Amino acid sequence: MNGVRERLASRAFTAVAVGIAVLWTTPTLGLLISSFRPEEEIKTTGWWTVLGTPQLTLDNYGEVLSGGGNGSGRLAEHFVNSVVITVPSVLFPLVLAFFAAYALAWIDFRGRDALVVAIFALQVVPLQMALVPLLKLFSQGWLFLPALHLTGPARFGQVWFAHTVLALPFAVFLLHNVLAGLPRDVIDAARVDGASHGTLLLRIMLPLARPALAGFAVIQFVWVWNDLLVALTLSGGTAETAPMTVRLASLAGTYGNEWQRLTAGAFVAAFVPLLVLFSLRKHFARGLLAGSVKG
Amino acid sequence: MSFDAVAQQPKLLYLLQGVAAFAAVVSLILLALHRGPVRRRAAALILLAPALLLLTIGLLLPGLRTLALSFTGTGGDTWVGLDNYGWMITDHRALVALRNTLVWVVLVPAASTAVGLLYAAAVARSRFRTFALSLVLMPMAISFVGAGVVWKFVYAYRPAEAGQIGLLNRLVVVFGGEPRQWLVESPWNVLFLIVAMVWTQAGFAAVLLTAAIRAVPPELTEAALLDGASPGQVLRRITLPSIRPTLLVVLLAQAIGTFKAFDIVRTMTGGQFDTGVLAHAMYDQAFRYGETGRGAALAVLLFLLVTPFVAHQLRARRRAG
Amino acid sequence: MRFGARLVLAVITLAATATACGTPQDSGPRSHTTADCAPYADYGKHPGSVVTVYALNRDREADLFEETWADFADCTGIDVQYEGDGEFEAQIQLRVDGGNAPDVAFFPQPGLMERFARAGRLKPASAGVAARAKEGWSADWNGYATVDGTLYGTPLVANVKSFVWYSPTFFRDKGLSVPRTWTELMAVTEKIAASGVKPWCAGIESAEATGWPVTDWIEDVLLRQQGTDVYDQWVAHEIPFDDPRVLQAMDTVGSLLKNDRYANGGFGPARSMASVSFQEAGAPVLSGDCAMHRQASFYADLWPKGTEIGPDKDVYAFLLPGADASSRPVLGGGVFTAAFADRPEVRAFREYLASADFANARMGKGPFVSAHKGVDPANAATPVDRLSIQLLQDPGTQFRFDGSDLMPASVGAGTFWKGAVDWIGGASSLQVADSIERSWPRK
Repeated sequence: MNGVRERLASRAFTAVAVGIAVLWTTPTLGLLISSFRPEEEIKTTGWWTVLGTPQLTLDNYGEVLSGGGNGSGRLAEHFVNSVVITVPSVLFPLVLAFFAAYALAWIDFRGRDALVVAIFALQVVPLQMALVPLLKLFSQGWLFLPALHLTGPARFGQVWFAHTVLALPFAVFLLHNVLAGLPRDVIDAARVDGASHGTLLLRIMLPLARPALAGFAVIQFVWVWNDLLVALTLSGGTAETAPMTVRLASLAGTYGNEWQRLTAGAFVAAFVPLLVLFSLRKHFARGLLAGSVKG
Repeated sequence: MSFDAVAQQPKLLYLLQGVAAFAAVVSLILLALHRGPVRRRAAALILLAPALLLLTIGLLLPGLRTLALSFTGTGGDTWVGLDNYGWMITDHRALVALRNTLVWVVLVPAASTAVGLLYAAAVARSRFRTFALSLVLMPMAISFVGAGVVWKFVYAYRPAEAGQIGLLNRLVVVFGGEPRQWLVESPWNVLFLIVAMVWTQAGFAAVLLTAAIRAVPPELTEAALLDGASPGQVLRRITLPSIRPTLLVVLLAQAIGTFKAFDIVRTMTGGQFDTGVLAHAMYDQAFRYGETGRGAALAVLLFLLVTPFVAHQLRARRRAG
Repeated sequence: MRFGARLVLAVITLAATATACGTPQDSGPRSHTTADCAPYADYGKHPGSVVTVYALNRDREADLFEETWADFADCTGIDVQYEGDGEFEAQIQLRVDGGNAPDVAFFPQPGLMERFARAGRLKPASAGVAARAKEGWSADWNGYATVDGTLYGTPLVANVKSFVWYSPTFFRDKGLSVPRTWTELMAVTEKIAASGVKPWCAGIESAEATGWPVTDWIEDVLLRQQGTDVYDQWVAHEIPFDDPRVLQAMDTVGSLLKNDRYANGGFGPARSMASVSFQEAGAPVLSGDCAMHRQASFYADLWPKGTEIGPDKDVYAFLLPGADASSRPVLGGGVFTAAFADRPEVRAFREYLASADFANARMGKGPFVSAHKGVDPANAATPVDRLSIQLLQDPGTQFRFDGSDLMPASVGAGTFWKGAVDWIGGASSLQVADSIERSWPRK
């Protein structure tokens, strides 16, 4: 009796899992198939009919990537922008948070605990709350800060700045947990040998914290690459500096019915994060874990 | 106007300059630390200064400035006292956005955690775990904007006489129903947007919960199974209690993320048909309508709503740590 | 502290060098040799200069703009860099706040333009531009671009919104004639419905602007029922948004659009218009599933490729009738150029845009209507464009500007649009008008 029930229940679990997996992949599959179908077909027949009329084309991709005229997606340009935005936006907070976390975890100074709490508490400030002033900060200056009037590629600078700042509280929190959890005797031994803070940081902390750093880097990469709000407000919105998400959102807004551009555009934009996800899946999962449970 | 590789060079050059400048700063910091015995306080200051400086300029001061802006009128010049807050609690749209935000914050974490938990329970000890988790993680890589596009396509509406191109209406038609405008009919359209959000978040829950379930000693569950408990009972009586801390953290993290949901609403409905949420209403007021004060007031409300969740999360994490 | 000081110094130096180097140098203007430069002599030579333009128009409309001013650009040496963005209304504020304002913007709503003029961001029109504006447009039209007595912009595009598109063949087959009064319109509507065809089709889906076609309908009917004075007071908020006369106009529109017997031809029940995009909403007129589609002159460009427009072609348009056959109220909209910079090349470009030459040249490329007095209706690309220009130039026309474009953006591009969607979805006129009234920003 029990054995049968158990097997049935365990089958039920498997069935649920398969059901979820199907539900979770079908919409994406539909979009992927559609992105290879000619415009007329996408707009008149469902993607599930593709087997009946196997007419596939790469035109949609050609058009969204680098088509001529004002209607094209021009995603190739925006792809470069996404790369230029993402690399520093991952690197800067990673390094700065690593330094800060080390100081907070291993250097004793007065007010340390209060500072730790204060930085953690800054996680409360939603991005929305900083947007308008951040925008004005760069163009108009404030208090002792001069107006910068960034133009051209220099606008990337303000996007880097915003992403770095927004990532810091969480990154410090995460890395502080990791570094504080390292065995004290290892560090003490190194200190007795006369190691400076620099040596400790690079020779001892860095190798030990590497998995957490990689995890954070992957998560931050996916976050920045997929971000829309910061990009919309601070990147200037032009083809010169706006990342792909901005362009894709604009395609979705203006061309509610131009599915041939949207479907292909969505996949061009998702290509790199998908690549990262599948090749660095272990780090991705570890980043998620470290990020939300503990160091 | 086609792709011009030469035009991209200044951008890449700027990227190199930016990274080089940053590397120089980092080297200076390390050099300063390396030079002989630095006093503890000085070392801490050197290491913390960049992060603290950025946080002050980029987050603390802007946050305070937004608070001040929320007491000013259109354009942010005139002092209007609590007018913007008065508007917020009487305006129909703002209240709808608040209602929707609360619905999102309850349903998104609950649904995605439930889906994630079921999935995790089924795959945690399976040979295909890695692959299975990748499948549900995929939506996270696709981005919120991409997810919005994906689901807008699923919900696409065509009149009954025409062929359906949206999967959902196709299914409805196959089962003899009339195609419906899923994204238009309020209040249910809010749920259809939430489905898209859950779709992106369930993978996150599944990964975390799988790890937590795998940390439960297998002897415990095996013993229970030998004693004749069904897998469902094992999940309820043994697994669930042991992964409770993780469950709480997952729920809180998703709730916090949901408060700030903006991309999906913007991509799928643009806040139309009573689907707006606070994060999106804030953007509309501040930038589309030029009502800086109202936008700031909405941001402050968002801040107030999210605070207890973050506080709770910090406590939960510290306990877990 | 030594380290701290050095650190700060290093950061400043590095940041300074990083921002100082590497501003991109654009390649010089393209040089064509085909253009005849005589007509552009007035605008001077500005070799190597750049004017950036930011607007809502994309796709073909954008291509046609660029083609139109290509010769101007070649002859004057100005590199006109056009950028169309579907998110214009939200992004223009971000651009200006972010110190990234374009030289010239094409504002689709005077209300939006006024906001930037009042904030002191726009540059007043130069003497040359003002002179051309005065010469080219009526005082009414220039008035839309004037804030507190200062002229900031010039009209660029005009749309006549009060058109009803129909299929002449369909009308002939059913033995119908084009209605000339409101009563006749209602009679025609009922007659078509009785024959088993839904007379009206509409689509109001337009991304974040969803709802605007309904607001045009309501304005059109208010103008017809109450006349220009009440209309003007309503737009200026001198009478409340939910005045009983406005409610009456809404109910009249509702008797057509919210009626499942009359709408939504070709798409299903009346409320289906919320997910039908305004671009595709007129298509059933061609297939005979719907008889009439009220939409602006620019709809000429949105018919499927190959559709012919004319009194005895595939589709044509009549003016939404007034109370009696003699009155000719016309609701319209327009796009205005305004500038955030005042350099000589920007002035030259704006003067060119304000000229009859530009409007006539643009009309030669495809559907386009200008309210410029100097445009020749003969140049119009379609018979409806010609009709529009004649209406605009006719002193007997009671022209009024689209009210939602003149109201504060939070109403005219916010609660009014959203309210219109609720209203189509079933909310009552009173409910909707009331909530829009309460959303009006206080001074």
